[in-house]
Amino acid sequence: MIQIKDLHKSYHMGTNSLHVLKGINFDVKEGELVSIMGSSGSGKSTLLNILGMLDEADEGQYILDGVPIKNLNEKIAAQYRNQFLGFIFQSFNLINYKSALDNVSMPLYYKGVKRKERTEKAMHYLEKVGLAQWSHHLPSELSGGQKQRVAIARALASDPKVLLADEPTGALDTKTSYEVMDLIQGINDEGKTILVVTHEDDIAHMTKRIVNLKDGVIIDDSPVEQIRASAHV
Amino acid sequence: MFSRDRWDEILEALNANKFRTFLTAFGVFWGITILVLLLALTNGLKNGVTADFGDFATNSMFMWTRGTSKPYKGLPKGRNFNYKINDIAAIKSEIPNLKYVSPRNQLGGYNGANNVTRGTKTGAFEIYGDYPEFINQQPLDILQGRFISYSDIDAKRKICVIGTGVEKGLYDKGEAVLGTYVKINGVNFLVVGTFKMSNSQGDDEQDASTIYIPFTTFGQAFNRGEDVGWMAITAVDDVSITSLKQQVFDLMKFRHKVDPTDDRAIGHFDLSEQFGRVNGLFSILSLVGYFVGALVLMSGIIGISNIMLIVVKERTKEIGVRRALGASPWNIKSQILQESLILTILSGMVGISFSAFVVWVMNAILDNVGPVQNFANPSVDISVIVIALIILVVSGLLAGLIPANSATKMKPVDALRIE
Repeated sequence: MIQIKDLHKSYHMGTNSLHVLKGINFDVKEGELVSIMGSSGSGKSTLLNILGMLDEADEGQYILDGVPIKNLNEKIAAQYRNQFLGFIFQSFNLINYKSALDNVSMPLYYKGVKRKERTEKAMHYLEKVGLAQWSHHLPSELSGGQKQRVAIARALASDPKVLLADEPTGALDTKTSYEVMDLIQGINDEGKTILVVTHEDDIAHMTKRIVNLKDGVIIDDSPVEQIRASAHV
Repeated sequence: MFSRDRWDEILEALNANKFRTFLTAFGVFWGITILVLLLALTNGLKNGVTADFGDFATNSMFMWTRGTSKPYKGLPKGRNFNYKINDIAAIKSEIPNLKYVSPRNQLGGYNGANNVTRGTKTGAFEIYGDYPEFINQQPLDILQGRFISYSDIDAKRKICVIGTGVEKGLYDKGEAVLGTYVKINGVNFLVVGTFKMSNSQGDDEQDASTIYIPFTTFGQAFNRGEDVGWMAITAVDDVSITSLKQQVFDLMKFRHKVDPTDDRAIGHFDLSEQFGRVNGLFSILSLVGYFVGALVLMSGIIGISNIMLIVVKERTKEIGVRRALGASPWNIKSQILQESLILTILSGMVGISFSAFVVWVMNAILDNVGPVQNFANPSVDISVIVIALIILVVSGLLAGLIPANSATKMKPVDALRIE
């Protein structure tokens, strides 16, 4: 699903140059649930941004579902993001003046799906995350865990190939974190490929494979015994 | 471009901060209101002043004689002379492009003594000796009977056409007018018609206190002989009287043995030039109206642009999220553009309606208090509204352009990082 070869990325600030990714190689197969770990500054967010086409690598190859991702203009990047990727953010990033339902249907809106179909689909995904009765509430009326579930529903709405989650539990307490992970595991069980960036060990062990990053290189990449989040809830 | 979803998006965004939206809209509302009102007032002033010109054919001049100021051909200076009736034929034959040349004579006038009697009633009126074509230069509404005709001129008939003011002064209400006689300076005239000034505005009463009689009859009855008091000369439509008048003066000077360089000898009033001057003045006034209005409007537009920039700044993260979800830069740009466009047009429409209401109120007040000097019927025609709307659309787009560009300038990854 994802193939990355010798990926480099550096940031330039004035005369200083910061080499963040120093040759990353890894593949993700369809249906995997991978966590990317590392201390802050290890380059894990940069890697995720490049995977999410929000940022572009300086060097290296990135192939997503057979499509080489290279020299995209913003228009095509937007199209690919819409088509291939679903984002889950640490701070949820819901649009605060839109109801939960409207938030979920937004990727479908940009996909060009008709209004009626859009609402139906969005409702379907809200049901899936267990928030059907909250569909007309604004984000400000929801708890943190509920917000993240809305965000997950939004990420799923356009039926992407890969879900990218950047510290999805970073702003949640342990109990809600496990609830969210339970949901993510459930989605993975249905066959969706998911990448989770985290620095929490317990969260990482709820995935099926841990990739450890340090100073811009992968120091460890190994499958783990998945711990079911439901066991902790 | 404007699907229902887009509308919803825009309305949601504008509704998100109602007070700010209102304040922003007010700038444009105020600008367009001032623009339209300025133009309406200019128009009112113009209507008022041009009404003073009456309906007289504007491509005309009036010409009379004054004493000569230079001796010439053995004749002394300070000599008075009169135009003669055969000057008319000479002007008509020698100078092309003149439409009407009307000799006129006048009796009585402003604050004159009583000069007309009928039975026991008397009145002071202006008596004009005129030719039939004069009605083409000074449009009159003939209410009963007819105006002067050429057979009246040829036969020197003692007939007259009287204004409504005369009728009011000499007749009882409902009394038959046609076929009766009035005595002008002791001479009986048969009334063959009545008139009022077309479209007269302001002092109708005085305008219509006028009696027209045939020019030839005037000369005979009041001892003017062949003399012509003054002339009203109208040029054909596409030649300005101003360009022809010098030829007329030269001819008159030649025929009356006046020094060709003696400019004092002939007095004239060039209606076309005056009218042109007034028209020019009002063109400038409208231009000033547009200019000032557009400037005020511009400050409103800058206000919108400013607010949209702030909105974009505030929504940087939201825009980042939208782009992460698959919004193309054009999606974002067009939304910002449309938001500013709708804000501008909406507030502009309200401004236009409001100023239309103010103009309506002004007209209602004017109708109630009666005519006001130099001001009548303030109004804006539809072309001004169309221009205002075009200005609004263009400026709405301009106002949105900079914010729309700044919205997509930032990379989505940076936009998402902003807290």
